[in-house]
Amino acid sequence: MGLEEYKGVFVFAQQVDNILNGVAFELLGKGKELAGNLNTEVTAVLLGSGIKDLADKLAEYGADKVIVVDDPELKEYKTEPYAHALASVINEYKPEIVLVGATAIGRDLGPTVSARVKTGLTADCTVLEIGDFPLVAKEGEEQLHNQLLMTRPAFGGNTIATIACPYNRPQMATVRPGVMQKIAPIAGAKANVIEFNPGFTPDNRYVEILNVVKAVKNTANIMEAKILVSGGRGVGSKENFKLLDDLAEVLGGTVSCSRAVVENGWQPQDLQVGQTGKTVRPQIYFAIGISGAIQHVAGMEEADLIVAINKDEDAPIFDVADYGLVGDLNKIVPALTAALKSEMGK
Amino acid sequence: MKIVVCIKQVPDTKGGVKFNPDGTLDRAAMLTIMNPDDKAGLEAALRLKEQYGAEVTVLTMGLPKADEVLREAMAMGADRGILVTDRVLGGADTWATSTTIAGAIRNLEYDLIITGRQAIDGDTAQVGPQIAEHLKLPVISYAQDIKVEGDSVIVQRQYEDRYHELKAKMPCLITALSELNEPRYMTPGGIFDSYDKEVTVWGRADLKDVDDSDLGLKGSPTKIAKASDKVRKGAGEKVVLDTDESVAYLIGKFKEKHII
Repeated sequence: MGLEEYKGVFVFAQQVDNILNGVAFELLGKGKELAGNLNTEVTAVLLGSGIKDLADKLAEYGADKVIVVDDPELKEYKTEPYAHALASVINEYKPEIVLVGATAIGRDLGPTVSARVKTGLTADCTVLEIGDFPLVAKEGEEQLHNQLLMTRPAFGGNTIATIACPYNRPQMATVRPGVMQKIAPIAGAKANVIEFNPGFTPDNRYVEILNVVKAVKNTANIMEAKILVSGGRGVGSKENFKLLDDLAEVLGGTVSCSRAVVENGWQPQDLQVGQTGKTVRPQIYFAIGISGAIQHVAGMEEADLIVAINKDEDAPIFDVADYGLVGDLNKIVPALTAALKSEMGK
Repeated sequence: MKIVVCIKQVPDTKGGVKFNPDGTLDRAAMLTIMNPDDKAGLEAALRLKEQYGAEVTVLTMGLPKADEVLREAMAMGADRGILVTDRVLGGADTWATSTTIAGAIRNLEYDLIITGRQAIDGDTAQVGPQIAEHLKLPVISYAQDIKVEGDSVIVQRQYEDRYHELKAKMPCLITALSELNEPRYMTPGGIFDSYDKEVTVWGRADLKDVDDSDLGLKGSPTKIAKASDKVRKGAGEKVVLDTDESVAYLIGKFKEKHII
C-alpha cells in the first residue's frame, strides 16, 4: 500500500495507575498543530485496563478521536503486550505520524514498535514541523512535501540534526516531557471513542512482574515549577543548599540541581536538570554555582530568563545567562534573598 | 551460560565533534571511549561470570579501529571479541544498526544478551530493544539490578517513580543503566592477555538472515535532512561587582521586567 494512504497524527497517551502522564497532553498540543498543517486529525491512543474514563480528558486537550485498547493484560506496563497493542493499532488505522513521550516507558515501547512495523524513530525531538525533504530541491531527486521534520540534539547537545523519514510510514518520534506545550483545555469536551482489541496471547516474550516497588517521593516536580533555584558543584555541600532553599522560599520557587550535585549525594536525582535529568522551561532559572556543562544547558536553556551566579568569570553558564553575576554565591545569594524579602514586603 | 554483550566505541562528547560533508559523523576524527552504559553491561556480565560461570562474548559494530574497544573489554575479562565492520554498513540509523547486530548474533549461541541502555553520542536508547525485536526475544530495558535464577533472570527495571521486579526466561535481552554498578579497571595482565585473545572480524557476508536493503545508509528509514553545530542564544549581560552592587543590579533588572 502506498505511503499516501497513511493519514492522521497519533499520540500515545501514556497512563500509569490510570493517571495520564502530562506528556500525553503536551504531545496532543503539538499533534493538533501538525494535524492542522496536514489538514487531518489528531488521535490519542490509550492503552491500559479500566481506563475508558480517561478518554474525555484527552479530548479536552485536543484529541479529535481516542482509540482505546482496554485489556487486563495492559494493567501494568510490560513491553510485549503494550508493543503488540500499539503496533496493532498502527497496522489497523495506518497513521502517518506517531508521537510517543520519551519517558522510561516510551523509550522502550517506541523502539520496539518502530522495529515491528519497520519504520524509523527519531528520539528526543525538540522541534517537530511539517516541511519538504530534501529541505532544498535537488536536481535529479524528487522533493517530497508534507514530511515530518524532526529536530533533535545529539552528542550531549553539541550538535543538532533534523531528521526525516521519507519512505516509511508512520513517521515516529519521541519527545521528552516538558518540551512541547499543551493547549488550554476545552472544558466539557467529549471524546469520540473507538474501542479496539487486537487480542493478547501470552508467549515467552511476556515477562512476569514479581513486584512493583514505588519510590517514596517527597520531592517537588521541577518540570512544573515557574521559578527554579538550581545549584551546582559550587554550592559546596548538602548543608549549603539551605541558601538556595531560602531564596526559593522567598520567590515561591523550587530547588533543582546539576548532575554533580546528585553524584555527590547532596540532592536526589528527581531534582536533576539536564541531558540525563529533566528538561525544564521555567519563567526564571537561577543557575548558582553551576559551571554550565553542555549537558546541563541542554536541559534548561529554554527557560524564559536565566540568572547565573558563579565565581568563575569564564564559566560557560554565562554564555546562556540573561543576567550573570560574577562573585561568591555564599555572599550574593543570602544578600539577594534578604533584598527580595524587603522588596516584596513593600 | 553464554552471554553476549553489545558495546559501542563512542566519541568522547567532551571533545570536539566533526562531520563528513554528507552530514554524518566523522567518527574517525574524534577521541573515543567505551560507551558508559555498555561498560556497566559488560561489568554485569563479568559479575555473572564470576558468580555462575559464563562465557562472555563482546560484540561491536563500527570502523576497524573499534577493535580497541574490544581489546579493552577483553582486558577487563571478556573471553572473546567480535568486530562487525564493512563499508556497506556505514551511515546506519538505529533500524539498520539493530538489523546488522541481530544478523551477527544469529551466528552465536547465547542465553543472555546485554546492551547498554543508550550511547552517549546518539542518546536514542533504541538499538537494544530493536535487537530483541529482530531476534524475537523478551526485552527488559533500564536494568538497575540483574540476578540469575535457574533458567530465568530476575531484573529490577527502573521507571521514573518506581521499579518493577521482572522475571524473564532466557534467552532474553537486557539493557543496562550505568547506575547498575561501578565497572572494574583493566588489569596490566589483562591488557597484555587481551592481545593474545581472538578478535573475530565479520563483514556483510557473515550476517545471517539479513537483506541488503535493510543495511547501512540506504537501509535506514531515517534520513538526515540537516546537521549542524548547535547555535545557542547569545549571552546576556555579565557584571563583576561587589555583593551589594550585584544584588542591586539584579533587583533593578527584576523591577524593569516587572518580576517584582
